Amino acid sequence: MAKQKLVVIGNGMAGARAVEEVLARGGAEMFDIVMFGDEPHGNYNRIMLSNILSGQQTYDEIFLNPLPWYAENGITLHAGERVTEIDRFAKVVTSAGGVKEHYDVLLISTGSRAFMPPIPGLHTAGGTLKPGVFGFRTIEDTNGMVAAAAPGVKAVVIGGGLLGLEAARGLLNHGCDSTVVHLGGHLMDAQLDATGGAMLRTAMERMGVRVLLSKSTTEVLGEDKVTGLTFKDGETIDCDLLVVAAGIRPNAEIGTRAGLTVERAIVVDNHMRSVDDPSVYVVGECAQHRGMVYGLVAPLWDQAKVFADHVTGRNRDAAYHGSKLATKLKVMGVELASMGITMPKEERDEVIQFMEPKKGTYKKLIVREGRLVGGILMGDISKAAFLMQAFDRDSPLPDERLSLLFDLGAPPQKVTLDEMPAEAQVCNCNGVSKAAIGTAVAGGCKTVTAVMNATRAGKGCGSCKGLVGDVVAWFLGGAVEEDPSVHWYVPCIPMKKQELVAAIREQELKSVSAVFRALAGGVEDPASKIPLASLLNTIWPGEYVDERDARFINDRVHGNIQKDGTFSVVPEMAGGLCTPEELVRIANAAVKYKVPLVKLTGGQRIDLVGVKKEDLPGIWRDIGMPAGHAWGKSYRTCKSCIGIDYCRFGLGDSMGLATRIEKTFRALSDSPGKMKLGTTGCPRNCSEALIKDVGMVAVGDGKWEIYIGGAGGAHVRKGDLLCTVEGEDEVMKVIGRFMQFYREDAKYKERTYTWVPRIGLERIRAVVVDDSEGWCERFDREIEAAIAAYRDPWLDRDAPKTANQFASLIPAEG
Amino acid sequence: MPGDTLTREHVLGNVDEIPVGEGRNFEVAGRTVAVFRNHAGEVFASQADCPHLGGPLADGMLGGSTIMCPLHDRMFDLRTGSVLVGECGITVYPIRKAEDGTLLLSLDG
Repeated sequence: MAKQKLVVIGNGMAGARAVEEVLARGGAEMFDIVMFGDEPHGNYNRIMLSNILSGQQTYDEIFLNPLPWYAENGITLHAGERVTEIDRFAKVVTSAGGVKEHYDVLLISTGSRAFMPPIPGLHTAGGTLKPGVFGFRTIEDTNGMVAAAAPGVKAVVIGGGLLGLEAARGLLNHGCDSTVVHLGGHLMDAQLDATGGAMLRTAMERMGVRVLLSKSTTEVLGEDKVTGLTFKDGETIDCDLLVVAAGIRPNAEIGTRAGLTVERAIVVDNHMRSVDDPSVYVVGECAQHRGMVYGLVAPLWDQAKVFADHVTGRNRDAAYHGSKLATKLKVMGVELASMGITMPKEERDEVIQFMEPKKGTYKKLIVREGRLVGGILMGDISKAAFLMQAFDRDSPLPDERLSLLFDLGAPPQKVTLDEMPAEAQVCNCNGVSKAAIGTAVAGGCKTVTAVMNATRAGKGCGSCKGLVGDVVAWFLGGAVEEDPSVHWYVPCIPMKKQELVAAIREQELKSVSAVFRALAGGVEDPASKIPLASLLNTIWPGEYVDERDARFINDRVHGNIQKDGTFSVVPEMAGGLCTPEELVRIANAAVKYKVPLVKLTGGQRIDLVGVKKEDLPGIWRDIGMPAGHAWGKSYRTCKSCIGIDYCRFGLGDSMGLATRIEKTFRALSDSPGKMKLGTTGCPRNCSEALIKDVGMVAVGDGKWEIYIGGAGGAHVRKGDLLCTVEGEDEVMKVIGRFMQFYREDAKYKERTYTWVPRIGLERIRAVVVDDSEGWCERFDREIEAAIAAYRDPWLDRDAPKTANQFASLIPAEG
Repeated sequence: MPGDTLTREHVLGNVDEIPVGEGRNFEVAGRTVAVFRNHAGEVFASQADCPHLGGPLADGMLGGSTIMCPLHDRMFDLRTGSVLVGECGITVYPIRKAEDGTLLLSLDG
């Protein structure tokens, strides 16, 4: 088939980007491409003109597509040719210089121009701008300003928006005496509220720019060239160089002349096509989509992609749905981020703000229904990446509002993915870099699961899984495919946890091999055995058929396997308490079995590390204490502070409660993730109860606060206050219900610090405190059944469960 | 030749030394060999240590003919020794179960 001809009017950032997107979709095979540009250059980054003005960059540095690029890509460029006519019936465009081109498909990307307000004296009698007056839009404008700027020159900028402030800064660098004249009541009124505008003004004045607000210019003075301005209030000001940065106007006249619908700009449909003519597309600042005309680059990139998908037939359903406006910028050295609305608009809007004028820090967020609808960050924009993402995706915000504005003792703000160097490690456990993930994606991995399998990223402690997902999405440009299996409880059975539980209950499957036979076609997946065993033990306490091979080695021999294949021995020490006699027995056993390392654990116990498998039964027997359950995904331990007996601050018996908790809940030998608990006798939190899966804080009068979902490991999170209860019995009841709800509901390996925010504190409180679902009676029953079924696993020392349970090596018979 | 193979076979002991679905290490002619017994009654033998970081494969998770190392989840096919998840494969040894349950292993095969 013969190639079609694509003619592009406008060689600015939108037009050239749209052509790049077409080329990226194999468009060179489908189209002969012809471009018309008003300016005699290739395409440059207009946003960077302020850096040219201030002398920070040179022209070479801001060209995006220099002239040779067009030839290299087989594009005919008519530079310096302004298109004046479009004959839509003949499908021919004509330039002022008489160049005619036929088109099959036309793209209008004429952008916009500086708006010149109707101020008397702005133009000469001939209609051109008075000498000394400039817009700030093109290389020519910038060249003119640079030529006119010199030390002592009185420069005035009309317009206190971003562009006007950039112009004032640039002119200041040239030694000019700079003044900004703004019609509005505060600077940058599109992006800032009055408070932010006032702080920006202070910062600008400190740098030497004069700012005049609420000033309406009534006349530009001077005969042959500009000499001054007069204002509505009668004041005047001297002026040698005037920059008008009072906004932009779309170059839509070409559309009007061609008979296309033009309101504020040329009206397009969701495919970025003129509503009047299916062979005419429009992108960029000259396009009006759903009533919006955008003047920022991000929407323009999105529009260019939709256009290219549609015109090349790559995706005829490609649709643009509008953009949410968020920008991050630097004005006169002041860092700024702005998104959405600047002032609350509805009664339900919640405003969160912080101000530290001395440092020039201002943060304001507008939250509606738990989602961000507007925000201003000035001075400190470290949270900008997170907030802009939350704004763009309309994602729910954390309940802890303070954490939206500051990093509360959390790890320092991670660099954005764009900034992250290729060699940066994403998964520390398995040493997977950003680049390695990129290689996997380039190699065809289209899902997070596929990348994780290919690179092992996220398969260590799992704390980086979220980041791995983000990096994969970044490499795929958002085109990440969801792998349905991420929602399955185990990879070999296509069911979510609740569906699987229902099937297991209905078919009364009580062993792992029965589940494989009934639900997985008889195929035994080794990686699924452990999560299934955990689930079955939770569903059928006391009735579960315990096939030992379905347990992880730790749960077969009741110790934590070490890197050399030896095990650790941690006896139970509820609340960190033990007797001198127990200490002596532990010490003697450690000597007798030549334990290479004795270490206090984070959970206030003694860890004998490096014990050979065959020595486990003997050492347990010698120690004569129950197992501390320090190896599995189960209830682990409850640490405590010293409580009321000796501490002069104690408000509650934290040691007593910890002991009671340990002796009860040690029976929870299976759960989705480990559960580490803590009790503290006063809010000083000496036992770190606030960062435990479940933490109890004594607040006096027999009352305890119960915190859930805390973490102090690879992930640090303060627990959420579930409720405050009176007396230890109530504590036991509520936390039992909470742990059972977690055991039944959470995904395998999902710790409470992920599960609690996922389910939501309100929901958990409703279920376990208010019994909204009527499940509490069942929770209580399940917990009691587990307690009744409890047996110290270290008793296996006298009655091994399997042949050679503790043998490291069996000699062959011959 | 069957006769030749037989001469090189070592008697490990009875299959009941290994619980169903698990593995155990045997000491054979100065070497340590991991031996596995799955739910279908098949037996397999392989090198004892994971080629990744030396994890004890006999303490791993067995499913069908797949073994997963307990330390870092590397996975291997015990029929062929080929790697399923990880960097390289493992050595496997021919093993068979006599009618009376005696396990016979050939180290040189």
